[in-house]
Amino acid sequence: MKNDFRARSHSAYWAFLVHRISGVALALFLPLHFWALAQALHGEARLDSFLRWTEQPLVKAGELGLVFLLAAHTAGGVRLLMLELLPWREWQKGLLATATAVSIAVSLAFLLNLI
Amino acid sequence: MARLHCVTLTTNGEVEGPTPVLMSASSVTLRTQVLLWTAQRASAVVLAVCVLVHLVTIIYAVRNGLTAAEILGRTRGSAGWAMFYGLFVAAVAVHAPIGLRNVLAETIGWRGRSLEAAMLIFGIAIALWGARAVYAVVA
Repeated sequence: MKNDFRARSHSAYWAFLVHRISGVALALFLPLHFWALAQALHGEARLDSFLRWTEQPLVKAGELGLVFLLAAHTAGGVRLLMLELLPWREWQKGLLATATAVSIAVSLAFLLNLI
Repeated sequence: MARLHCVTLTTNGEVEGPTPVLMSASSVTLRTQVLLWTAQRASAVVLAVCVLVHLVTIIYAVRNGLTAAEILGRTRGSAGWAMFYGLFVAAVAVHAPIGLRNVLAETIGWRGRSLEAAMLIFGIAIALWGARAVYAVVA
């Protein structure tokens, strides 16, 4: 049975998409993140030379994207946990908006400290 | 997951009652699927706390630019950070493969033993790479 367009125009469908896309992106980023941290095994200077590479504007933009994905996946995940594990309450309708606001706020806080 | 409530588990993990459509294409027992579902939620609870601490640390750490001296000054020799990052890596090594398994099965239709094997290898690799990264910054 296929979903019709009404299911896909619902905001919860977009929350589902964001959760999936951010989850896959974060899973693929993890090996890179661990590789970067492991540069410290070769000494402080090696880690520093990698950190200097990350100062390029494009890399910083990528970091901002990653922080947003991490915040969105976490806030969306907490929303899912609340929906699945807590008894249903009216206020849970606002969880989607709260998760979006939290993700944007975290990203802005990161951006303000980054630049 | 509502379908899970329609069936009962036998002691060897087989399904009694009508086989739900959701379960029929999987190569693991229903018992294993319930275990995976529970592990995904339990690891998510741990990760929610870990990510919160991680995000606060990130936002704090980047304020004057990142340097190796500052990062390693915070983490080297710290039992607290070692335990925190160790728990973080363990939780993500459980969470990421289970999530990826669901996405791959539902999005591109990759199912069966090859998927289970690939995700098991991915999880073990994440755990080992993660442990190496933690060792690199705390030892």
